[in-house]
Amino acid sequence: MDNIILEMRNITKTFPGVKALQDVNLDVRAGEIHAVVGENGAGKSTLMKVLSGVYPHGSYEGAIRFLGKECRFSGIHDSERVGIVIIHQELALVPLLSIAENIFLGNEQSHYGVIDWNLARRRAGELLRKVGLKEDPDTLITNIGVGKQQLVEIAKALAKKVKLLILDEPTASLSERDSDALLSLLVEFREQGIASILISHKLNEVGKVADRITVLRDGRTIETLEKADISEARIISSMVGRSLDDRFPPRHPKIGEVVFEVNDWVVHHPVHPDRVAIRNVNVNVRRGEVVGIAGLMGSGRTEFAMSVFGRAWGTGISGKVSLHGKPIDVSTVGRAVKHGIAYATEDRKTYGLNLIDHIKHNVTAANLKGVSSAGIIDDMRELNVANDYRKQTNIRSSSVYQVTGNLSGGNQQKVVLSKWLFANPEVLILDEPTRGIDVGAKYEIYTIINRLAEQGKSILMISSEMPELLGVCDRIYVMNEGRIVGELPAAEASQEKIMRMIVRGDDKPDEEEEHKVRTAS
Amino acid sequence: MSTETARSALNPERETAQAAIKQNLREYGLVLALVAIMLFFQWQTGGVLFKPVNLTNLVLQNSYIIIMALGMLLVIVGGHIDLSVGSVSGFVGAVAAVLMVQYKLDPVLTTLICIVVGGLIGASQGYWIAYMKIPSFIVTLAGMLVFKGLALWLLGGRSVGPFPPEFQLLSAGFIPDVIGPMTIGDVTLHSTTLLIGVLIVAAMFYLALRSRRARESHGYTAERFGLFVAKNAIIAAMVLFLIYMMASYKGLPNVLIVMGVLIVLFVFVTKRMTIGRRIYAMGGNVKAAALSGIKTERLTFLVFINMGMLAALAGLIFAARLNTATPKAGLGFELDVIAAVFIGGASMAGGVGQVAGAVIGAFIMGVMNNGMSIMGVNIDWQQVIKGLVLLGAVVFDVYNKNKA
Repeated sequence: MDNIILEMRNITKTFPGVKALQDVNLDVRAGEIHAVVGENGAGKSTLMKVLSGVYPHGSYEGAIRFLGKECRFSGIHDSERVGIVIIHQELALVPLLSIAENIFLGNEQSHYGVIDWNLARRRAGELLRKVGLKEDPDTLITNIGVGKQQLVEIAKALAKKVKLLILDEPTASLSERDSDALLSLLVEFREQGIASILISHKLNEVGKVADRITVLRDGRTIETLEKADISEARIISSMVGRSLDDRFPPRHPKIGEVVFEVNDWVVHHPVHPDRVAIRNVNVNVRRGEVVGIAGLMGSGRTEFAMSVFGRAWGTGISGKVSLHGKPIDVSTVGRAVKHGIAYATEDRKTYGLNLIDHIKHNVTAANLKGVSSAGIIDDMRELNVANDYRKQTNIRSSSVYQVTGNLSGGNQQKVVLSKWLFANPEVLILDEPTRGIDVGAKYEIYTIINRLAEQGKSILMISSEMPELLGVCDRIYVMNEGRIVGELPAAEASQEKIMRMIVRGDDKPDEEEEHKVRTAS
Repeated sequence: MSTETARSALNPERETAQAAIKQNLREYGLVLALVAIMLFFQWQTGGVLFKPVNLTNLVLQNSYIIIMALGMLLVIVGGHIDLSVGSVSGFVGAVAAVLMVQYKLDPVLTTLICIVVGGLIGASQGYWIAYMKIPSFIVTLAGMLVFKGLALWLLGGRSVGPFPPEFQLLSAGFIPDVIGPMTIGDVTLHSTTLLIGVLIVAAMFYLALRSRRARESHGYTAERFGLFVAKNAIIAAMVLFLIYMMASYKGLPNVLIVMGVLIVLFVFVTKRMTIGRRIYAMGGNVKAAALSGIKTERLTFLVFINMGMLAALAGLIFAARLNTATPKAGLGFELDVIAAVFIGGASMAGGVGQVAGAVIGAFIMGVMNNGMSIMGVNIDWQQVIKGLVLLGAVVFDVYNKNKA
């Protein structure tokens, strides 16, 4: 193996309670495009954060050698100085500054602290030509599209004399044309001797440009494939190859009639109202059924759920929501709750809990009417309710007076669930109900879900963890880019099938379909 | 964590008692601070502070701050701020003066009109804050300038007064002694006041006992009986002492009755009513509250209407006290009101704060004003000391929170 510029050896990174990376090895040759693939949570982003110094030397085990030298980065600044530049999934550009100002942010073209604007503009112009972006360096970032912003990020990296460029899901929010332009740029850089690490879910584009692919799974390196060995099937089986053991409680589904139905659901993006975020989604859930929505992050699952739940996300919403075959009005959260719909958020700290208040007040927050009469809260009834749910969902705390901000993630999730259980919904939408919680708490959450289904509730569950969907659901919808790209009974589903639907469903809708969506909205 | 749970399983009663004390430590601490400050000034002023006439004055001087602090508490708990209350109260005082002095309108009708005007002012500011999402700091900063200017314009730059005597009763009046005075030794006591005091204490004991019974009947351990009695006895003693002082002067001032009723009402709203709970939920996490079906926009709007009405009432009381409406009325009140709420333990970020805390916070400020004035401390140093006390109280709070 000659010409290796980057060597990461036996990288192990532990977070409290979780081993995010375990003995991961990665090497990158000079002038190659090296793809890193894996499921959500496989450890790709963590590995890149170790490499770029976001997690400083000493917070992980293992060694990094770059250009033959041992590296001990204490921050992003150190890694950038040696020529390793990372471009994150969420772009780090300041929207109200110009392109030139952004390119040289933190790296200003200055003499003794005074910025030389002419030099900055000229150099920005050169860099923009290199990345093939025809924009005035004085244009504000907010006035250019996401694809162009991505190019500005790359220009910014070039300004730092990059030798190894790391791109974290660079094409996730780009159209196909912009993606192609970006990928050909990487190929161009390869010829100039700049190596890239490309993190992507889109296996077709990885196959197109990558020289080698490293597959991560559960925080370990599974294998590194040479160009000749790259095939979609091989990558997929490598990515998901793990068995379903008894991590899931047994289920005895008793599925009845269709209870909840969403038809022709179209939602536009709240910030860019001309962008269709959810396209003609049709979903139904039966009595006692647990229905999963699979998909990658950013596929529109949360946006779909929140738009159904009282239009909490999006604008220009059209479509029909029915309960027991009758259309219902879910135009506000209050109305949705009144009709028996609940949505337990994926982000419990931001959207789920009042972290400075205790369990008791959080449990009753969505159904204060249930513990009050004529607007006056019955303290004892509230205390009984809170204690009851604390027992039911097995919240581990000193009492119901413990502040929710001090609970562990799993127990916080149980408080969120309790809150919605007390609202007594017929349809429960659970968004990533087990994100960031340990295996034991996950099992408890699954048990609660099973119990609810047995009680005849209809459950719609969004999850990025495919084994979880396979283990808990009766039926699975697959979503990508705001559309349902497949539906299959859990019994027939496999991770490979789902993954294939996601990666194949990447193609943009053809002209005709696009037209239909437009007229429908 | 596991040792903690083990301990609580072994001795649940002690655990709850400790938790209860810990939970209420701040409120007890605040009461103790107020008592300490009062004793300090009692000593420094050579016994003037606790003289019946001075205690009565203390109430009269601070009533309008306390009334506004009640509304401000809801505003701050809801995650906002209102800088306009001083100007609004001044403006409403001016409106009252114009209506009663120039248009000879009936005082009762004037009072009602003024409170409606206050509500409308609150609504006009609340609309921008709640529905247009303009930061409350900016909207009410604008309101502060606007209503200061309007008051000046309305009064034509002059003081307008005096008011009809019925209106002055709002601030200068005392409740009539329907029973008749009672003389013990060389002091004459206002017996109606005494009776009201005894009734208040009896009601307090009854309510405390009732909620204790309710806890026990649901199978929860209440705090230990000794602690329960001691706590209530101390509060009762303090109330009775104040009542005795008032009774040995002219009895209960009318303002104190208005203030007392409002305080009880706001304690009830914040502790027991769904709307109060929703304000805390909104201040704690507005996104989570909205996703729980709470109409956060309407709630914010209502909170500002309430603030406007209380500011109007405070403006009326202040005008009645001075017996004239001046363009300078209300100047800087917002600072005292906001300081009272923060000294009382509210959090700038919203979601935290108690009515009782705000009231005690206002009294701490009031006693310091009063005590330092009697001592002859210059106004410049008074400001410095009050500022440091505000900073100290909040630092103490933050320090405690970080430790816990």
